[in-house]
Amino acid sequence: MLDTMATQKLTEQAAPPINVKNLVKAYGEVKAVNDISFTIAKGSRTALLGGNGAGKTSTISMLLGLVLPTSGDIQLFGEDITKHRHRVLHRMNFISPYVNLPMRLTLRQNLETFANLYGVRNPAARVRDIAGELRLEELLDRPAGTMSAGQKTRAALAKSLVNAPELLLLDEPTASLDPDTADWIRTKLSEYQAARGATLLIASHNMVEVERMAERVIMLEQGQIVEDGTPAELLGRYDRETLEDVFLDIARGRRRGSGTGTGEQRNDEALERVGNAS
Amino acid sequence: MLHEVALDVSGPRASARRIWAMVARYGYLIMGSFPRIIELMYWPLVQMLLWGFLQTHLARSTSLYEQAAGLLIGSVLLWDILLRSQFGFSLSFLEEMWSRNLSNILMSPLRPSEYIASLMTISILRLCIGLLPVILLANLFFGFNLFSLGLALAAFFANLVFAGWTIGLIANGVVIRYGMGAESFTWVAVFFLLPLCCVYYPLATLPAWLQPISEALPPTHVFEGMRALVIEKVFRLDLMLIAFGLNLLYFSAAYLLFHYFLWQARKQGTLMQIGE
Repeated sequence: MLDTMATQKLTEQAAPPINVKNLVKAYGEVKAVNDISFTIAKGSRTALLGGNGAGKTSTISMLLGLVLPTSGDIQLFGEDITKHRHRVLHRMNFISPYVNLPMRLTLRQNLETFANLYGVRNPAARVRDIAGELRLEELLDRPAGTMSAGQKTRAALAKSLVNAPELLLLDEPTASLDPDTADWIRTKLSEYQAARGATLLIASHNMVEVERMAERVIMLEQGQIVEDGTPAELLGRYDRETLEDVFLDIARGRRRGSGTGTGEQRNDEALERVGNAS
Repeated sequence: MLHEVALDVSGPRASARRIWAMVARYGYLIMGSFPRIIELMYWPLVQMLLWGFLQTHLARSTSLYEQAAGLLIGSVLLWDILLRSQFGFSLSFLEEMWSRNLSNILMSPLRPSEYIASLMTISILRLCIGLLPVILLANLFFGFNLFSLGLALAAFFANLVFAGWTIGLIANGVVIRYGMGAESFTWVAVFFLLPLCCVYYPLATLPAWLQPISEALPPTHVFEGMRALVIEKVFRLDLMLIAFGLNLLYFSAAYLLFHYFLWQARKQGTLMQIGE
């Protein structure tokens, strides 16, 4: 019996943070996610890249257990998320500018609420520590609704780190932030990831963010994985200089290696397409 | 970021911590807003005054009300227990929808059963804040002391609150499933009981075909029990047990229905958009 439990424990420890197999999410006739499979290694930083409607948010929502897959498997830390999500939810967290903290509660009240929800044993001390690390001390007793966009994002970051998650899912974490604040957020996330050996999965269509933070890029197009590799590999495959060019190649249906890697060429091609269309 | 973070993730202690987190979250909201506290007392106070004065008038002209002082005002206070317990349960839930925080809650380790337990707790707290001052004022203005009902009041209170939670649970499930378009259902759901569960008149007043439907509703037995106590000075334990049995049955059904609606919302992928 003890051997079985020990083996199970070892399996859980060895299991990758994310293992997705043949995942499908259909809304009626529309397949938001269409048979995708990928594994995310412990301690890695991966970006899910794709345009609007590519299936990024649907994938993240299924990983969080907020949306049920139509078919396929999602295992987080070796646990089937559709059946046993409560076994792993305390090991992960999520940040998105599209999900708010209650506005009338102060930041301290918000963070203590989430610290308790995630089972943090000393919520007050944890809130104090994390506020110090994220330069939020002066905001702790202000209602969340009175904060600026940048402060709200820092508050959301504090909420997402309150349980020191091993797996952090990020949905466009720096959307609508000024470059300085966005850079600060990315730096803090990278520091956290390096310090804790945490696993990051970032859904984004911000190329600067992806190039800066991800060591692996999974590109989605119409719910399917169309590319998977390091940023350098993708640039090589498409013969481009930036991920933005690779993104546009994929979005506009160009094949690998057809580009010249210059923004000027890209603009000419775009103008040509507009001209042909008219 | 390297501070050690110890977590309680399973067992009764962890569960109690999560329930407490949500109760405290709603507590912060109420205590941080003076208008919210006033709002909790406002309508019960208006109702009490209206029905209290009506009762005073009727007592001067009608022998029944002369003999059974407090009948109307007792009815209105008990009705408010039912109404406020449902509103307290549903409003706390709607706060998450309004603040677009529901997905944060549902992706946390909080289990649906723990969330329901926290809504029940905050519903009782809201009820106490709203009704206690009004009950005291009813005694001051009209000489009606609800607490004089003694243990019977505890039985009435428990059954009415239980019924309020059942309606609240169904209403919350409907909102989870159909989104904020169904919010108005939360505000009106309880009122279908008002004519049916004989708040202000005896069961015999209803047409014969409607009486079995009324008897299938737990609050009917509470209001019948209250009238038996005030008019005949008899505590009808049988009515309280029937009400409790029905409440248990309906609450279990509502609990399953809420889980079904939650499952449907996860299947339809609507939880991430909720509140928009």
